[in-house]
Amino acid sequence: MLTVERVTKVYRVGAFGLRKLTAVRDVSFEIHDGEIVSLIGESGSGKSTIGKMILRLTPITSGSICFQGEDIATLKGRALKEYYRKVQGVFQDPFATYNPIFKADRIFQMIREEFFPDTEPKVWANRLQEALRAVGLNPPDVQNKFPHQLSGGQLQRFLIARALLLDIRLLIADEIISMLDASTRIDVLNLLAELRSRGLSILFITHDLSLGYYISDRAIILYSGRVVEMGSSARVYEDPKHPYTRMLMASVPRLDRKWERSGANLQRQLAEEGQGCVYYARCPLAESACARLSPPLVPVASDHWAACLRAGKI
Amino acid sequence: MSLQVEKLTVYYRTLKGYVRALEGATFSVADGEIMGLAGESGCGKTTLGHSLVYLRPPMQLIGGRVWLDGCDLPVSDLERMKEYRFRKISIIPQYAMNALNPTRKIGRMIAELLASRGIDYRETLPELKRRLDLVQLSPGVLGMYPIELSGGMKQRTVMVLSTLLNPSLLIADEITSALDVSTQKAVCEMLVQFRDRGFVRSTILITHDISILYQIADTILVMYAGQLAEKAPTEAMFRNPRHPYTRMLIASLPKVGIRYAEERLRGIPGAPPQLLNPPAGCRFRERCPVSMERCVEEPPFLEITPGHWVACWREVGSC
Repeated sequence: MLTVERVTKVYRVGAFGLRKLTAVRDVSFEIHDGEIVSLIGESGSGKSTIGKMILRLTPITSGSICFQGEDIATLKGRALKEYYRKVQGVFQDPFATYNPIFKADRIFQMIREEFFPDTEPKVWANRLQEALRAVGLNPPDVQNKFPHQLSGGQLQRFLIARALLLDIRLLIADEIISMLDASTRIDVLNLLAELRSRGLSILFITHDLSLGYYISDRAIILYSGRVVEMGSSARVYEDPKHPYTRMLMASVPRLDRKWERSGANLQRQLAEEGQGCVYYARCPLAESACARLSPPLVPVASDHWAACLRAGKI
Repeated sequence: MSLQVEKLTVYYRTLKGYVRALEGATFSVADGEIMGLAGESGCGKTTLGHSLVYLRPPMQLIGGRVWLDGCDLPVSDLERMKEYRFRKISIIPQYAMNALNPTRKIGRMIAELLASRGIDYRETLPELKRRLDLVQLSPGVLGMYPIELSGGMKQRTVMVLSTLLNPSLLIADEITSALDVSTQKAVCEMLVQFRDRGFVRSTILITHDISILYQIADTILVMYAGQLAEKAPTEAMFRNPRHPYTRMLIASLPKVGIRYAEERLRGIPGAPPQLLNPPAGCRFRERCPVSMERCVEEPPFLEITPGHWVACWREVGSC
């Protein structure tokens, strides 16, 4: 349904935008119908930038993103609005998304004015109630309230309900549960999984590996703007091939196993732009070839790719 | 016994009345213990941490006493606390990344801070450099402005700074929440190392991430809506949680190895009560699946097995 093809994003930074920062390098992947894909990476790995490019919040430097066969960069006017009917985003901080002066319901009103001006008020009210129930909220409890009167979990579900009012096919969920408490977190996750069973596709952007494993069908691991490993979640989690993924898996605080004391390597020298493997400076297995060659993403098993020169040998 | 807290009650004074953020907290932290303090947002864990260091308005001490290394800690007297702060008891605040003065070079900021305690910067410098080296920072950071450092580097700088005078008690408030998993692990390992090397005697690690506590804490204290729910050694807390809240909280954590398709985790329905006018009795009552009539009375915080404390009427009979 959504195809991301060799997308690169370069930001201009520094005084007068003289320096260049490559946030996303040559990233390709696909999202199929009714699939949850998690995009995992540390801060600065470019995961949010990818989400923003899909939502057309920031332009693409090179490459293309196609939704249902159409290049989204060319969409204008009416076609763009149609696109937003089908693709919506929900972001990390539910408290910052609302204008505190207005009641939280205003987001629904805006959707109506923008997309459904001809709908009868009664019909609309019914649809709204339906959407709120679909995200597990009791409409009388939450309607007509200001943002500060609702909890973070409720606000976040409001935003998902807002997306559901449209004929949404793809939801970009950018760190939507990292600000929520452990006790309410899992409810929002279960909600996403339920929506998937109704045919919705979700790009789940996160830095928390255990959350990614819990709900996603496929996982994409990013490091420094490059896809280092991707494949079905089961394979990526149970048999990681890239040294970075292995290091991540070993650093996740788990409840069934204590950390091995490793004295994690914190030095982080970025490799020369465009040269060698992005993970060269931190990689425990690096050999001299890794400094020169940028490894391509190659299949290591069925439905499992890794970008490491030594992936086959591990 | 390094830290002992008895019936500590701290309210926030607001126009609408008192917000009962911390109610009758009684616990102790032993020498060399890393105690994890966990709970959801708004449960009073940060209030507890801050009230031990800097109990400023609108926080108000309603009652209770605190002893540190056997002597009375005058928590409500901001002036007298000055002797203890930084020397005896130190804090790494939440958002430590923003705790550094952006207009000062880090070295100068530390020098000013030490001067305010009457300590000579030059004499401390070798030790400071040694400790920076320990957390894998070069002495060069002393000549840099905070903006030149990454989040993880700032976090480590603040860790070194807070523990420079070997305090008896370190309160680390959400120090890992903004970091990546790999940096998170490194910072946690440093915290353990600081304890092992005797830079700090005891640590209270405040976090909402219980899986981190499982990795490094010796004991865990779980709070709910301003009250202590359970305190136990880490292993016991995960093997055999006794308070229904702790049980549900641990059960709701996603783990690597559990997938939605195979096993559905459940959250805790409902929301914590407002602390402005909290209901009497056990504050978890409304969300508790095993609540009973007696729960309208406040349950006592009792030691049911050595080192395992719990506040639940269901457990009272078993001790």
